[in-house]
Amino acid sequence: MKYDDRPLQKYAADAAIWLLLLSLPWWIGHVGGYMQLGTQVVVMALAATALNFLLGYTGVLSFGHAAYFGLGVYGTGLIIKYIVPSTLAGMAVGVLAAVAAAAIIGLLIVHLRGIYFAMVTIAFGQVFYFIAFRWNNVTGGDDGLSDWSRQPIDFGFAKLDILHSPVLFYYFVLFFFAVSVAIMAWLLRSPFGRTLLAIRENERRARFLGLPVDRHIWLSWLISCTFVGLAGTLYALLNDFADPHTLYWEQSGVFVIMAVLGGMRSFWGPLIGAAVYVVLQDYVSSMTQNWMSFIGLFFVLVVLFFPRGVLGIVRRRAAS
Amino acid sequence: MSLLQVENVTKRFGNLVAVNGVSMTVEPGELRAVIGPNGAGKTTFFNLISGFAMPTAGRIVFDGEDVTKLTPNQRVWRGMARTFQITEVFPELTVYENLQIAVEVAAGYRLRMRMSQQEKNDVHARTIELLEMSRLTAKASRLVGELSHGDQRANEIMMALALKPRLLLLDEPTAGMGDQETYDITQLIRKLHRDQKLSMVLIEHDMRVVFHLADRIMVLAEGNMLAEGTPKEIAADEAVQTAYLGKEAA
Repeated sequence: MKYDDRPLQKYAADAAIWLLLLSLPWWIGHVGGYMQLGTQVVVMALAATALNFLLGYTGVLSFGHAAYFGLGVYGTGLIIKYIVPSTLAGMAVGVLAAVAAAAIIGLLIVHLRGIYFAMVTIAFGQVFYFIAFRWNNVTGGDDGLSDWSRQPIDFGFAKLDILHSPVLFYYFVLFFFAVSVAIMAWLLRSPFGRTLLAIRENERRARFLGLPVDRHIWLSWLISCTFVGLAGTLYALLNDFADPHTLYWEQSGVFVIMAVLGGMRSFWGPLIGAAVYVVLQDYVSSMTQNWMSFIGLFFVLVVLFFPRGVLGIVRRRAAS
Repeated sequence: MSLLQVENVTKRFGNLVAVNGVSMTVEPGELRAVIGPNGAGKTTFFNLISGFAMPTAGRIVFDGEDVTKLTPNQRVWRGMARTFQITEVFPELTVYENLQIAVEVAAGYRLRMRMSQQEKNDVHARTIELLEMSRLTAKASRLVGELSHGDQRANEIMMALALKPRLLLLDEPTAGMGDQETYDITQLIRKLHRDQKLSMVLIEHDMRVVFHLADRIMVLAEGNMLAEGTPKEIAADEAVQTAYLGKEAA
């Protein structure tokens, strides 16, 4: 007897998603999009999937993930602009900054639950925003950090010119997305991943199975923030710019909206949510300044009528 | 040596004395029932044993070690597992997954990123064994939240059992159940007690269950120990009859 067999449709869905992502440069132009938009979807999808590792699979809501996203953004920008013009060095420092901050802040807050946890994540997040906002001569303050750009990557035997080729840069981003998503999926299918599900499902039972719940939440938080930080570094490279709004708590809300919109109980939900959000934003904002109210309305409708998100609808259709 | 010694434990909530200087000794292999009217302090007494609450005074010794100050999960690691009056399970996971998680945690795999094929097979075999013991095999791939109350309780007991406890604490295992479900759970408890020589302490409301199952019974009333003895002795005890069984006996 076996109970852990994944149904065939799941493999088919995985294959379809990867095929769409890999072939994106060929079709995005034909559906009215452009390369940069496609790249932005993948970057945001990584951030939303990382947030959902914590939200959907551990049951912990963070409203402060912008802090670690923004640390990735600024870490990358500051290194490339001031220290060394190397894309990979910038990314490494960006991710390390996010990990270090998340590790320390996590220790201070993992004993909190629910709304208290969410509030404290916002508060800590805002600290980083104000530092970036006020420290004019280093971070560029309100204007952001500009006058730098991602650099071609020289492997010695070959040069990856991600600066001048948007398509190459897209595949560069997709590579990191694929590796990150694969690691998260693999973790969730491990005994460790199942302890996170256990905590989401019933913390008291998890505790009385002998699990040190706070420590596991801390690990999940750290993993989540690491990949959000990585998404931040890619976002900085995409725009060749570090924007203080990437640290603002509104950005944290956007990640949560993406995850919930797409369906936080499905692994691919945040990707769908990110695609819907980014495309809608791009499309509606070209017509009206008030694009946020349209997205807000859409979000409210989804939550009211389809609490399991876009993928939840698809699944229900498939089941009936 | 006794498995569990509770020595003079007291629990106060402000001015309310929920448990007042109660002592109890449980021998290995014993099935002990704790009974008493509503508000007698049974659940509080239970929470003190399992570490869910800390006593105001007194001492709890488990297997020769003072565990009074240990957290619930430290007590779990030492071999104490419990179930709750309101079933605590993982409702949106399947029966199989519920037990699988308990088995993996018990095996010390909680931080594992991967398992060898041998380890996977062992976890699977142990999970199947627990499923069969609880007669939940046919429902293995159902979500626990969709099961009947009795099946959820059976699932919870098996999760506790997956930890290979030396002492199993059951808080009102048949609460809110119909006759058939009560019978099934009673049979399960009896089987564990008889076949595995598992030591258990259970709180129970249903007198049929208690007198049927228990080796010894302790009666609590208003936080105090009223009587202790075999089911026969308790049934004959006059103080118990007036305080508790009175209405039923009359």
